[in-house]
Amino acid sequence: MNAPAYNFAYLDEQTKRMIRRAILKAIAIPGYQVPFASREMPMPYGWGTGGVQVTAAILGPQDVLKVIDQGSDDTTNAISIRKFFGKTAGVATATSTADATVIQTRHRIPEAPLHAGQVLVYQVPIPEPLRFLEPRETETRRMHALAEYGLMHVKLYEDIARFGHIATSYAYPVKVNARYVMDPSPTPKFDNPKMDNCAALQLFGAGREKRIYAIPPHTDVVSLDFKDHPFTRYRFDAPCALCGAGDSYLDEIVTDDKGGRMFVCSDTDYCEARQHAGHRGSESAAPHKERAHG
Amino acid sequence: MAERQDVTPDDQPLLVADHLGKNYGRLTACRDVSFALYPGEVLAIVGESGSGKSTLLQLLSAQLAPSAGRVSYRMRDGVLRDLASLGEAERRFLFRTDWGYVHQDPAQGLRMAVSAGANVGERLMAVGWNHYGQIRDTASTWLERVEIDTARIDDAPRTYSGGMRQRLQIARNLVTEPRLVFMDEPTGGLDVSVQARLLDLMRNLVSELGLAAIVVTHDLAVARLLSHRVMVMKGGRVIETGLTDQVLDDPREPYTQLLVSSILPA
Repeated sequence: MNAPAYNFAYLDEQTKRMIRRAILKAIAIPGYQVPFASREMPMPYGWGTGGVQVTAAILGPQDVLKVIDQGSDDTTNAISIRKFFGKTAGVATATSTADATVIQTRHRIPEAPLHAGQVLVYQVPIPEPLRFLEPRETETRRMHALAEYGLMHVKLYEDIARFGHIATSYAYPVKVNARYVMDPSPTPKFDNPKMDNCAALQLFGAGREKRIYAIPPHTDVVSLDFKDHPFTRYRFDAPCALCGAGDSYLDEIVTDDKGGRMFVCSDTDYCEARQHAGHRGSESAAPHKERAHG
Repeated sequence: MAERQDVTPDDQPLLVADHLGKNYGRLTACRDVSFALYPGEVLAIVGESGSGKSTLLQLLSAQLAPSAGRVSYRMRDGVLRDLASLGEAERRFLFRTDWGYVHQDPAQGLRMAVSAGANVGERLMAVGWNHYGQIRDTASTWLERVEIDTARIDDAPRTYSGGMRQRLQIARNLVTEPRLVFMDEPTGGLDVSVQARLLDLMRNLVSELGLAAIVVTHDLAVARLLSHRVMVMKGGRVIETGLTDQVLDDPREPYTQLLVSSILPA
């Protein structure tokens, strides 16, 4: 008999049951941080131990897994997590957003709209939105319980007082289902509107902090703001240099030490799909040259 | 002002303490304290260290549960309610709207790392204010009222002097127009000239706003300047109570006589 070296998806079944219970509770109370007995994973904290545990708990043999790190399918973190589950669960992996059933992500939400049946798993470093405002964890839990969220606006007030606008550009606090204030993990605030009324299930895992929270499909997610300083998305004012997209979130890439730079889509799958469809940006290689390298 | 007096007529007590007591194990910190506080009235609790003043203040402000007796407070709807019967959410709401609490150490009552404007505005945002311009205008009005230069509205209180911090703490507490303010040694640790200025400010604010206040102090000068009535505590008991002038000028109890006579002549 060919006994596998690991249980399916690395974690043992009892651990997965425990995590699933936490996930179910998180889905039942949208935005509420559910404590769970986070395990040591074969990777350092900060590399997605929370996300990996959530993914391991929900993954089935039929699932297709996509992993992105800062929107990219081919960075170290994304590749090693994809390989990890390829090896320990034997699931199919993909880079296409539309084909994947489970998408583990760090710092981005894919540009292509998610559809029903998909699960987006976020890696979360700091689940507590009030962390740097109120140092006592006992107190922040009480504030969540009593829905005392004035302090969250203090942070936004400080931004406007200092910079003239709400300068928080990532981990922008949101209110889920008109109840819990939640940290959407360090995604850029550009992605916040995508969480609202999303067709896919969104799960958040924080391994070091031992917390899981969730946004069920089609839940109201509102970014906090002031009446006279409403929430605004932010993106560099440029088209993607590779695919010419004018609506995607862009990475700034420094190309030399003389101030040269280019802006390209942070979502590599979105960018490649557009290039295949024939879209071109200012820096695209000419099609015949690509063919010459063939 | 007039509107608030309609809600709470002056002839009905705002806060009633009824045979309050607190034991820490065998140690009795406070026993059998009863009094009524009326709207607009300032009550000073004086006594030496360890006499139970601070415990009493914590009992009155519902931060400690009493071992005996009870505290009742007349809510804005005019109903006198036992503080122990309030839920935690109600109690905390009361604490950040209808009450103020001025700590001796401003670092306890302020958020030292956020700007003065946000410190004052926090209570407003906590009760649902959602307009930056209005919050900021209100904050700067209050900074003016407590004589802090509005140019420093964006500075964090840790860059403030001790006296400014204490004034900022007062502004932060008064911004929601509370009806009752608790003060725990509000002038402790400040130098004499700063104390005088702070006392002057507090006396004006209290009379302008018609605040009721309970001031715990070991400094009889503070009691004389601010309060209408004085309660003298010793060993957890109230040993003498009466109008401030009467108690301080003509003390009956030997201990009060000792307290009064131990003030250094100016």
